[in-house]
This record gives sequence, C-alpha cells and structure tokens, in this order.
Amino acid sequence: MPAVSKGDGMRGLAVFISDIRNCKSKEAEIKRINKELANIRSKFKGDKALDGYSKKKYVCKLLFIFLLGHDIDFGHMEAVNLLSSNKYTEKQIGYLFISVLVNSNSELIRLINNAIKNDLSSRNPTFMCLALHCIANVGSREMAEAFAGEIPRILVAGDTMDSVKQSAALCLLRLYKTSPDLVLMGEWTSRVVHLLNDQHMGVVTAAISLITCLSQKNPDEFKTCVSLAVSRLSRIVSSASTDLQDYTYYFVPAPWLSCKLLRLLQCYPPPEDGAVKGRLVECLETILNKAQEPPKSKKVQHSNAKNAILFEAISLIIHYDSEPNLLVRACNQLGQFLQHRETNLRYLALESMCTLASSEFSHEAVKTHIETVINALKTERDVSVRQRAADLLYAMCDRSNAKQIVAEMLSYLETADYSIREEMVLKVAILAEKYAVDYSWYVDTILNLIRIAGDYVSEEVWYRVIQIVINRDDVQGYAAKTVFEALQAPACHENMVKVGGYILGEFGNLIAGDPRSSPLVQFNLLHSKFHLCSVPTRALLLSAYIKFINLFPETKSTIQEVLRSDSQIRNSDVELQQRAVEYLKLSSIASTDVLATVLEEMPPFPERESSILAKLKKKKGPGAVSVNELEEGKREGGELNGGGERGGDSSAIASTPSPSADLLGLRTGPPVTAAAPSTGSLLVDVFSEAGVNDDGFLSTQVSKIYNTVLVVFGYFNKKILHIVPLNDLSERELVTINEQTPQGVFVMAPFLKMFRALTCTILLGLGMALLENVDPNPENFVCAGVIQTKAQQVGSLLRLEPNAQAQMYRLTVRSSKDTVSKRLCELLAEQF
Amino acid sequence: MQFMLLFSRQGKLRLQKWYAPLSDTQKKKISREVIQMVLARKPKMCSFLEWRDLKIVYKRYASLYFCCAVEDQENELITLEVIHRYVELLDKYFGSVCELDIIFNFEKAYYILDEFILGGEAQETSKKNVLKAIEQADMLQEVRNTHTLCI
Repeated sequence: MPAVSKGDGMRGLAVFISDIRNCKSKEAEIKRINKELANIRSKFKGDKALDGYSKKKYVCKLLFIFLLGHDIDFGHMEAVNLLSSNKYTEKQIGYLFISVLVNSNSELIRLINNAIKNDLSSRNPTFMCLALHCIANVGSREMAEAFAGEIPRILVAGDTMDSVKQSAALCLLRLYKTSPDLVLMGEWTSRVVHLLNDQHMGVVTAAISLITCLSQKNPDEFKTCVSLAVSRLSRIVSSASTDLQDYTYYFVPAPWLSCKLLRLLQCYPPPEDGAVKGRLVECLETILNKAQEPPKSKKVQHSNAKNAILFEAISLIIHYDSEPNLLVRACNQLGQFLQHRETNLRYLALESMCTLASSEFSHEAVKTHIETVINALKTERDVSVRQRAADLLYAMCDRSNAKQIVAEMLSYLETADYSIREEMVLKVAILAEKYAVDYSWYVDTILNLIRIAGDYVSEEVWYRVIQIVINRDDVQGYAAKTVFEALQAPACHENMVKVGGYILGEFGNLIAGDPRSSPLVQFNLLHSKFHLCSVPTRALLLSAYIKFINLFPETKSTIQEVLRSDSQIRNSDVELQQRAVEYLKLSSIASTDVLATVLEEMPPFPERESSILAKLKKKKGPGAVSVNELEEGKREGGELNGGGERGGDSSAIASTPSPSADLLGLRTGPPVTAAAPSTGSLLVDVFSEAGVNDDGFLSTQVSKIYNTVLVVFGYFNKKILHIVPLNDLSERELVTINEQTPQGVFVMAPFLKMFRALTCTILLGLGMALLENVDPNPENFVCAGVIQTKAQQVGSLLRLEPNAQAQMYRLTVRSSKDTVSKRLCELLAEQF
Repeated sequence: MQFMLLFSRQGKLRLQKWYAPLSDTQKKKISREVIQMVLARKPKMCSFLEWRDLKIVYKRYASLYFCCAVEDQENELITLEVIHRYVELLDKYFGSVCELDIIFNFEKAYYILDEFILGGEAQETSKKNVLKAIEQADMLQEVRNTHTLCI
C-alpha cells in the first residue's frame, strides 16, 4: 500500500510503480515499461504542449525506469525545460533528472548551465541551494568552467544565507576534486578559514571538509586553520551535552564536527605554538578520559559516536607520533577494545593498532597484546577481523617474536581465505627473511609455505630462497637435505619441484654421500616428478640434469638416455627441445674441465632490495609497508651476502643502488650469473662444432641456461676467450684472434645500455680485475689487467667514467703498447 | 564518501547515490558486486568490509540494507552514524518509514539525502535543520498547488 506522499502526489507515478511491482516476471516488467516509454515518447512529441505537472510526472517516470536499470535515451530536453519553471517541484525533478542522467550534449549543457546561473543569481535561497546541489552532484568540467569563479564569491559573501553557504562550500569542494586547476586560490581563501569560527555549526561542518581538502594541496595557504580548529575542538569537547542543542547526537556533542576537526589537524604537523599545542593535548587527554567513563546511554548510536571521536583522536596521536604518554594511553585503550563484545570495535582496534605498531614509542606496548591478537586470529568468526589480526601480527613482528608469529601465520595459512593467501605468503616470506638468525629456519619456513600454499607462492618468493641459499654456504647442505625430504612427499607442489630441482642441481653433492640420497636416487626422485610439471619447470629440471652430469659423472649415461629420448629431443616445445639437444651435446663433447667450468657453482648474488617487499607494496598500496620497513630492508639486505667473501664483483655493485636495480630484480627470470640483467628469453647461438682453430679461435658450445646470460670461459693456448652473450642477438660481432690482435673478445649484441653491472661484466669479461676504492668517484670503474698473447704480455690500465645525465662516458686506456690501447678502446667503445 | 546504495534483501536497488564520476556500466557493475558481497555477510560479522581500495560500511534496517563506500582513511564509526542519521530523517519525514515509502517516493529520498550529504560530505548534521529545509520546500509546493486548478 503506497504511503501518502507529502506535498503533491503524482498519482500517475504511483500507479505506474504499483504496476511494475505487480509484474510477475521480468518479461512482464519489460513489457510494461516499454508500453510506458512509448506513451511518454508520444506525449513528448505530441502537438499539444504539456503542462508543467504532466511534464514533471513523465520525467519522474523516466527517472524511475532508469533507476530500475533500463536505459533511457530521451527526456533530457524536457527535464531541462523543467529547470526554468518557477514551480519548485518541477524544478526539483528537472534537477534530479539531469543529475542522475548526465548528458554530454553540448547544447543541453549550455541550457543547463544557463538555468543554474539564473537560479544562483535569483537571491532565493531555496533555488540557489537547488542549483548548488546540482553542481555538486554533477561536478562536470563544463560546470566547473562556468561556476568555479562564482561559487567562492557566494561562499564568503556577507549576505549569503547559512544554508546556501553550506551548500556552496561542499559544491566548491566537489569542483575542486574534479577540476582542481579551475578553482584558483584568491582572496576568498582566508575568509574561508574564518568560517571555522562561524556561529552556525552547519556552516562550520561544511567548511571544514572544504578546508581539509584544500589544505592538503596548499598547506601554507591554510595553515592558520590549525589554531582555529584547536579552539573549536576544545570548546566542543569541554561542552556539556545541552550546550550544542540540536548538534548533540545521543548525548555526544557534535560528533561529526569533532571528527572532521581531528581529521583536519592530521593534515598538519603538531602545532608549534606552545599554547595551542597545550590546548590540543588537553583535548586529546579529555577524549581519552571520556572513553573510560561510564556511558550516558545504552544505545549503540551513543557509543558509536563517542568511539568515532576516540578513534579519530587516536589517529591524530599516531600521526603526530611525538607524545609518548598519549601513545601509550592510546595503545592501552585499543588493547581494551581488542576484547570488546562488539565485533566492530575489535576490528577497528586491530586496525588502529597496526599503525601504532610502527611507532617507536608504542611498539613495545603493542607487543604486549600478542597473545590476544593470536587468539583473535584463531577464533574470530569474521574473516575481515581475522585478516586485521594477521596484519597486526605482521606489523608487530620483530626479532623477539618472529618465530612465534611466523609459526602462527603459517598455521593460519592452512585454513585462510583464498583471496588473502597470496598476501599472507608474501608477508611470511618477508618476515622469515628479515628476522632469520638461523637460516635453516628460514629455509624451513619457505618450504613450508610452498607445502601449505604452493599455488600462492609467487616467483619472487622462491627465487629469493634460492638466492639466499646460494649466498650462504652454511645453509646449503641443510637446504639440500630438506628439499630432498620434501620432494619425497607423494604429492608435492610444483614450486617445490622447482626449488628442489635447482637446489639439488647446485648442492646435491653435499648430500650425495648418504646412500639414501645418492646421485641416482636424487635424479630418480626429480625425474619422477618430471612428467607432472609444466614446461618452465621441466626446463629447469633439464638444467638440473646437466648439472648432475657434471657433479656425478656416474649418472651420465642414465641422464643421457633420458635426454636422448624422443620425448625430450623431439619435444614440441622449442625450449625443452633445445635444452635437451644442447645439454646432450654438451655432455658428449665437452671435456670434464670444460663441463666443470660451464656448470660451475653459482656465484653469490649481489645485494639488492627484496623484490618481495616491492610486490607486497604494490599489492596493498603505499600505506601497507611502512617506510621503516623499506629502509630496514635496504640495510639488512647486506646480511644476505654472507660476508661477501666470494665473488669480488658483487661488492662493487653493492655500493650504489642504481636506478637499474629493478633490472637486476628477480622478476625477469631465475637467478642470474654474474649479476648481468636478463630480458626474458634469450637465444644464445649454438656454435658449430668446429674444432679448435689454429688461428686461435675456439668455438665452443654455448647453451641456454636459466633463460639468461651465461658467461662461458674457454681456454686455448693461454688465450682466454670470454664469450658473453648478452641482450638481443640482433647483431653479432666476431673478432678473430690472430697473433697481431692481442685481444679476442667475442661479443654479441653490441648495443647496450649503461648498466653498472653489465659494465662490470664486460670489463671482467675482458679479463681485467675491477679495482675498488681507487677512484674517489664511486661511479667510475677502474681496472687493471694483463693481456696475454702468444707473443707477449701487455699490461693495461683502464678507467671508465660514465656520465648518466649527459649519456656520455670517457674511457681511458693505458698500456705498455700503444696499439693495444687503441684496440682496447675500439673494442670497448663498441660495447658501450 | 564515494557512493551510497540502498537495496532489499532480494538485491533490488532502491536508491543509488554516486559521489564520484563513473559511467553507467561501471555503476551497474559496482552495484552488482557490492550488493552480492554485502548480502553474503552473516549477522554477527562486523559492519565493515574492505573492497578494492575502499571500505564498505553497511547496516541493515528491517528489509533494507544501507551501504556506504568510503575512502580508506575515513572514519568507519561515524559513517555508521551517517547511515543512522539518514534513517532517522526518513523516519521523521515519512512517519515510521518502511521500504515502500522509499519505493513510491524515491525522489523525496534523494532530496532528503541531498540536504544532509552533499558531494559525499555531511553538510548539515542537525536533524531539525534538515527537516526544516525539506518542509519549507514542501510548503512551496503546497502554496503553488492551491493556486492551480485541478481538473
């Protein structure tokens, strides 16, 4: 039964709505709607001019149909016509229609803007408000262009009515948000700040929202608002509940205004003026005190309003991060809420504590609640609350509780919602790495992660564990053993096979002594998973197999059998086929020396920022990872390198985190040798099998390993050939060696960007030693080396000074023979 | 606030107020998603949901769900009270408001909302003042109506 509507009742509309409601099916509804649309269309097109009431009724019907979810492609003109009616209800409907069905027809826009202009200058506050509401609801650029100058004037004019001021303030806010360039600061800005002192609370409420937004972009312009805000807040907080009359909400004085004032204050640092600061601190203390008082009403509205102010005050305290007393009190208050009856409060307390956890003043206080939080993680029925608990555990984690927290998060992962698993995995991985004192615990944790949530373990995570294992001698044996055991599980996740394949390939020798993990056993274990895996994993396994041939010659024939089989060398996947063919060849023709060199153990990785942190930040947005964390990550990344005893090149790179750090990141492929960047799939030529050339040119087989750069060393007659396949093999440079040419550098893809690491690779590829701390400028490279030719030895010194801004460099070579210098320069110039 | 949706337990949208510029298709998609999400919530769960980069604050009054989407840094509890205040306003205006009132007088629901919230921010938090503004507008109608002849 339709309720009696106030004011005028559009009976036709009510009947139509009833009809729609009575439709038994979707088809019936559509039929009825189409009938009505046809009717309205004919009325609009009709010869007879419609009176205002009918027009209003039909426009309203169209609006209703649109809001039901159907498309309306006419009626705009009629709606616009209604705007110029002098009947309020007709205007109202007109404005409502055009606010909801926004049309970008320029003629209509012009008419609409005209109507609005008329209403704005009408001096009738109700009409002015209608117009302002429309602008605020639509907020289009055209409206901004037309009215962004006028509205500030209306806002600060002395004779504007309060209700109009309110609407003007929020209207201006909307225009500013959508077209900030059209709202220019001017004389009105200082007057707007003074609206904070207005008598009318509604005006203050509206003005604050505007000021808050504006001050974020123009803090200096509005900074006088801080002291005004503090005094206003102070007056409200200390008022009795009867003072503010209708602005008191369930015995709480002006809760909306209070919250907004506290929000505004969060746009600025703590006030410098002692008196203002003192007053504010007093305010905050009063708010905290009030939270402890018995409630004035049992209604949830009262507690919500009161607590809304409390939480906003706590946000301000956290934002300032400078009053230890307040921070600790806030923490205690939140601690009480952690066990409150109401789920909402528990949720908000967990969320708020997350931010508190990163403050040095309150971090310890937050930690005291760890048991409550763990309990929440286990027992809360609402998944959003559990998630907040997990977030808080992550935030409060430090060395003292890392093991406990990681264990809890792992067990939570087993039953966690699928939507949050990836994030949880990233967090556990980060915590495990950050707080690992004992790296075998770290390895265990990551392997557990793969076991529990393998699908959600992204590449960054398992690359990282491999990186760490490579860099830390002390954990390699343990990793090999653990991974071996993990692989024995009947159903193990593919990521486990990847990690296992890699680690056994590198360090399987460390456990080969035990008959239970003898080479053949290891191989069979890996190969048993082979057919279950996807192509990239199989590719990785093939690489592991060739490494096995190197590590365990006794497995050579078995593995070669496998490589030789049709399913490998005739595999339809190009990658697998190529690897199988190349590895087979490599294992057949290379001498043990060559093989050992080609498949030498991975050198340690250079220090780099964890890409996991970056991935988590990207996932959650900038607020998720605190700045502290990121900086710590940078510092603690150094611990990764196991002291840096191995591999001199890593330390040179470690000093300046260059802009190209991303390229060294792990996104592009599995671990890289010698820190050269990779660009995805690289094709490295397979050379012919030509034997050693008397000219001194050795061709050797270079196979694609790890999708990346491989540096292969071939020895012949004291000449060291460095084959450095690099980026795009669009061009190849062949430099033949003969007696005259003292240097043979075989390089492909001459064009390279100036990456520091790549530079090092090239320089090292030259056979030179990179000298550190020789040149005062850390950007420069200084090398020394001895070029060995058949006839003689030539010592050379080299300095490379790159200038990134100018995209230029200076290369200086000095050697005992001038032709050598010249040649070296030429060769290197082609590299850079 | 980014948007406010009112919908029934069957998922029928009774009111939709959008405070950010979005295309019609986007609005439809968002409404569907949010309605589905909120309807799936169980009674004892908390009133806040995280969705994309926004927070959804919702509360059920009889057969209607009131649902607001606010930015991440907004105060959730005060948003709950925004919802409650809006319900109070509707209740005072219609006299024991029910879903049917909002269905048959949807345009009024929008007007009342506009007096309370503009551009996504609360503009007038005095119940009295909001209702007074609506009544004044209503009286304007009635004054006009007495002058027109009804046929």
